[in-house]
Amino acid sequence: MSEPGVGIELSHVTKLYAGQQQAAVEDFSLSVHPGELVMFVGPSGCGKTTTMKMINRIIEPSSGSITIDGQDVLSLDPNELRRHIGYVIQQIGLFPHMTIAENIATVPKLLGWSKERTNDRVDELLRTVQLDPAVFAHRYPKQLSGGQQQRVGVARALAADPPVMLMDEPFGATDPITRQKLQAEFLKLQADIGKTIIFVTHDFDEAIRLGDRIAVLSERSQIEQFDTPANILANPANDYVSSFIGHGAGLMRLALIPIGDVELDAPDSTAPAVDADASLRDALDLLMVTGAERVNVSGGGGSLTHARISAALSKARQPVEAS
Amino acid sequence: MSGSLDVFLARRWEDLVTLTLQHLAVVALSLAIATVLGVLIGLLVWDKNVPRTAALTAAGIAITIPSLALLALLSPVLGLGWAPTVVSLVFYSLLPIVRNTVVGLREVPAHLIESARGMGMTPAKTLISIQLPLAWPVIVTGIRVAAQLTVGIAAIAAYVAGPGLGLYIFKGLSSLGSVNALNFTLTGTICVVLLALLLDGAFVLIARYSTSRGLRV
Repeated sequence: MSEPGVGIELSHVTKLYAGQQQAAVEDFSLSVHPGELVMFVGPSGCGKTTTMKMINRIIEPSSGSITIDGQDVLSLDPNELRRHIGYVIQQIGLFPHMTIAENIATVPKLLGWSKERTNDRVDELLRTVQLDPAVFAHRYPKQLSGGQQQRVGVARALAADPPVMLMDEPFGATDPITRQKLQAEFLKLQADIGKTIIFVTHDFDEAIRLGDRIAVLSERSQIEQFDTPANILANPANDYVSSFIGHGAGLMRLALIPIGDVELDAPDSTAPAVDADASLRDALDLLMVTGAERVNVSGGGGSLTHARISAALSKARQPVEAS
Repeated sequence: MSGSLDVFLARRWEDLVTLTLQHLAVVALSLAIATVLGVLIGLLVWDKNVPRTAALTAAGIAITIPSLALLALLSPVLGLGWAPTVVSLVFYSLLPIVRNTVVGLREVPAHLIESARGMGMTPAKTLISIQLPLAWPVIVTGIRVAAQLTVGIAAIAAYVAGPGLGLYIFKGLSSLGSVNALNFTLTGTICVVLLALLLDGAFVLIARYSTSRGLRV
């Protein structure tokens, strides 16, 4: 059982540090739907982390308002507020002097849960992040690998089942292979729990892979574009966004389109086969590798040519309304 | 000239045990007071530049005052015996304890504090369940250094009739040339050294068992 996400509304939020001429975050307004995974992506120092940290008031906004599920966060006790917002930081921040179980139990303990309820929850969460409670509950953070620690970090943030999660480059410090694995696991987890998540990253690929919507931010946390990954790739709002996407936007877009979404030619059982739930990028990859003219979609009742794949891309280039 | 050591010891071993226990007691009492006081001062100043520098400088200067001079200064106010002894031992213990408390707290990574606060721990709770336990191994080391320091200084407190083994050392010193002068001084000194070693060993164990296993693995 898990509590579904709630909406977050930031309006005209500004952060001006004392003694500084320029605001770190200027007049930031954004609305996040319940259960949505929104990525803040931008270069270092653009204010994306500052913007996120104002939501749980690790940083206090200078002006503007922030509401979670309609409730003004600035009117709440910050400690109480934070106990209901999951928080994952890049350094993970597991307490080295506490066991994994004690780490995960941090917020339940603050909320005064009974020992029994807390223990049950710890076991449940460890299993959720694919760590065997019998093996890991009583270990210390230093005895875990980076990837395992990061999973515990996510489990700890989920401990009291908060409707909202804030994640600050949570997979940033892991190696590329572990990172991809964690991302995939995280997507699967989010499909189950449906939290409202603000996820900060400077890695555009990660934003594309994980986000329901992406806010591309420039200096002072200005929103250059806020849209779905497919729409941003197909129709970048300006040069800044294009430069952020970099090269290979076409391939990135293909990776986002499932084969099931395109029109197929008649099946051709002599052609190399690609899985029906693969993406167009996988289909193209197979075409390139085999040198075949077309690939057959196994179980999908059709086949794909190079021309079909290109057509799917140009179709997606037409402006699409954000869902 | 000097009387034989075995006869000396046989006659006075009960006396010696009492003095050693007194010595230990005055050191332990002083350390306890200095730990409470020193950790408190450390907590108050560790994250504020000016007070921190002031506290560490003051403690640093304090430790350069010769112990005999300090005892001579304290005695007119506090009289003789335990009072000036304890006060002077606390005085000398403060530097290592305050300094290590400050260093220990400053070494706690900022992201751990942010992580604690971000989960809704109050500042007081963060201090007690995160910052102090993480700084603890360094603080204990400070107390251990203070223990070494005070075992030696306590011997000098016999000058103001303080408790402990200093009595024998001073007895030997004041009766130079007499039959047992060397025996008194030697016995007192050896016992002080043994006590220091024992205390040091005890602190190794205390540090080990009062530090989370997670910080040792």
